[in-house]
Amino acid sequence: MDKLIVSSSPHFHGKRTTQNIMLDVILALTPAMIASVVIFGFRAAVLILTCVASCILSEYLSRRLMKRPQTVGDLSCVVTGILLALNLPVTLSPLIAVFGSVVAIVVVKQMFGGIGQNFVNPALTARIILMNSFPARMTHWTAAFDYSAGADAVTTATPLVSFWQNGGPSSPTVLELFLGAHGGCLGETCALAILIGGLYLIIRKVISPVIPVTYLATAAALSALLGRNPLIDLLSGGLMLGAFFMATDYATSPLYFKGRLIFAIGCGILTMVIREFGSLPEGVSYSIVLMNILTPLIERISKPRPFGKQKEQKKKEGSPHEA
Amino acid sequence: MALEFPKHPFRTHGGAKVSHCKNTWELPSVVLPPPERVILPMQQHIGAPCTPTVQKGDHVYLGQVIGDSDAYVSAPIHTSISGTVTEITSVMLTGGQMTTAVVIDSDGKMERDPNIYPPAAIRDREELAQAARSAGLVGLGGAGFPAHVKLNVPKDKTIDTLIVNAAECEPYVTADHREALENGKNVLDGIYKVKEILDVHRVFIAIEDNKPDVIEKLREIADNPEMDPLDEVRVFPLRSRYPQGAEKVLVQSCTGRQIPMGKLPADVGCLVMNIASISFLASYMRTGMPLTQKRVTIDGSAVREPKNVIVPIGTPIRDVIEFCGGYRTEPKKLLMGGPMMGIAVTSDELPVLKQNNAILAFDGAQAASLEPASCIRCGKCVEACPMGLVPTKLEKAVEKKDTAALQELEIGTCMECGSCAFACPAGRRLVQAIRLGKSYLRKSGGKV
Repeated sequence: MDKLIVSSSPHFHGKRTTQNIMLDVILALTPAMIASVVIFGFRAAVLILTCVASCILSEYLSRRLMKRPQTVGDLSCVVTGILLALNLPVTLSPLIAVFGSVVAIVVVKQMFGGIGQNFVNPALTARIILMNSFPARMTHWTAAFDYSAGADAVTTATPLVSFWQNGGPSSPTVLELFLGAHGGCLGETCALAILIGGLYLIIRKVISPVIPVTYLATAAALSALLGRNPLIDLLSGGLMLGAFFMATDYATSPLYFKGRLIFAIGCGILTMVIREFGSLPEGVSYSIVLMNILTPLIERISKPRPFGKQKEQKKKEGSPHEA
Repeated sequence: MALEFPKHPFRTHGGAKVSHCKNTWELPSVVLPPPERVILPMQQHIGAPCTPTVQKGDHVYLGQVIGDSDAYVSAPIHTSISGTVTEITSVMLTGGQMTTAVVIDSDGKMERDPNIYPPAAIRDREELAQAARSAGLVGLGGAGFPAHVKLNVPKDKTIDTLIVNAAECEPYVTADHREALENGKNVLDGIYKVKEILDVHRVFIAIEDNKPDVIEKLREIADNPEMDPLDEVRVFPLRSRYPQGAEKVLVQSCTGRQIPMGKLPADVGCLVMNIASISFLASYMRTGMPLTQKRVTIDGSAVREPKNVIVPIGTPIRDVIEFCGGYRTEPKKLLMGGPMMGIAVTSDELPVLKQNNAILAFDGAQAASLEPASCIRCGKCVEACPMGLVPTKLEKAVEKKDTAALQELEIGTCMECGSCAFACPAGRRLVQAIRLGKSYLRKSGGKV
């Protein structure tokens, strides 16, 4: 008999691996990718491919340069690429998209140690950096189904802008919002596609429903409280995409149930506060990134109680036990 | 007044969805023919090791005491065959520690010790505990805790509930399953006896709901108006979710009581006994034959004919596997116990011990493990932990040898059930890290 393997228990492993979780996320993002190509034309596909390719390359090169084990195979860089692309307007130059991808992978992810170590969401942070670096290009929206290229495109406002700044008859109906037939970033317009993907992730237990449900519910409730239209608030801007795919990012959201609740409520409040009171029409990216930064603190106050640990007795000052 | 039985189990959260792989549950147990030689280590229980009471060259009868100890937490060891002591040697046990072992060569007669006769009727707790000790009984579920220590409940603690553990949540293992089907009446006899002596009026026979045949069979036998007119013994199906059979989990599932940290079931009024242990106790009271054999599940991808075998304790693993048609392919991993908590052993020359309930031989494919990658903070380990711990943070604290953090994260509460490592998509060696962490903490003088 050859030598036997001696290792610590357990000697059994579940079917889940990092790679197949990421594959599930990619699958879940497919409806949104298809919708973006249908709504915005082939340039959407070009942008998605550009982002994915440059994210893979950035990950590969940075791991090589740092002489660290190669991690391209876990597919997390593909997810980042897709998410970044879905957060860009279709008119954006692919060169800028490449810049965004490098920022996401190299600066936000790899410089902090790679997968699981980044403290903010790479795709969202890259989007924020692009927004601040190229504000005009990043808000150059085209109308849905207007496939013409470049600067000839008819510019349009996103629903959030048109509703709350212009009002008026050009605003899309709720059904149009739900199906995504309106201006906006590639992947954020079609709520239906996002919902299909989100449900898939929940059914496959890749994400728990706590964050998306709480986030959306908090935003809807605040929207109603502020006298806005909750349905339109839910369906417009990046809220759906953010709630299902960004706020649920493992590395940057709390590990525990209670923490996830706090995190999602925070995201909901910040989103609506920015939408209502901020000078920006949209607040999803900032609210999620802000809550990302708070995640370690949230985890400190939301630790699960170990089995059999008695609730800590409040020490009263001058109690006889302390004497 | 008798306590109520809950309608449903209390506990519905935590744990890992481990596949059952119970390939042998339908196969009636077969008895292993007497082996040529047995190796009986003097440590087959938690507690002090025994010292041999026989010498090289002595003739021994089946069931004769060959090792004993004066320590309270210990259990005597009996021979499982008749024959001659050929050697008193030392063997390496699964944990890597050396222990004395008595080697006996069979005379092929399986002659019983003439001094074995049924014990006198047991009247109280002390006598019950004494009987368990004389029988050499240890927790047969796998822990190997001496039964007499458990049964000798301190006077200041009242036991109101007896839980018979037939959950058998480990994959592959069906030894308790077969015990219940083949010896159901014995099980109930044992229960009535312990119930009467400990004056307990609520008995759960706790079984995972993936064993409907056992549930039906035991319900039939337990419906006994003569022995149990008030219906105080009930079969209680539990959700099939690993680690349902872990003591703390089981007590909470049945009674809703949470055993405080560092305490025992007796502290919340419960006594938990493995189904095979209680069944053995009944047969001991009838015959006086001490613990010399054990039903063991032999399975795994490298075994040709998986089955349940009743094995004389001390039989080398190789003999048992040969009885099961030998190896199908070259084994790469040999386990004593189930795949979740079992111990990987170095050789098939090691003997079967009292508390073994399974021997699994895995081929190369099954023995392969995931290459560890970085933690992605998915939180699956946190969801899986039945004890409400945070395995990923424990692992990080172990890496930093941060014993203060280990203490704060309550590393001592971990029972190493393996749910976290099973669920981890990055293949982190969480249980291994936690074991290491416990030793760091012990060395630094902390409480584990």
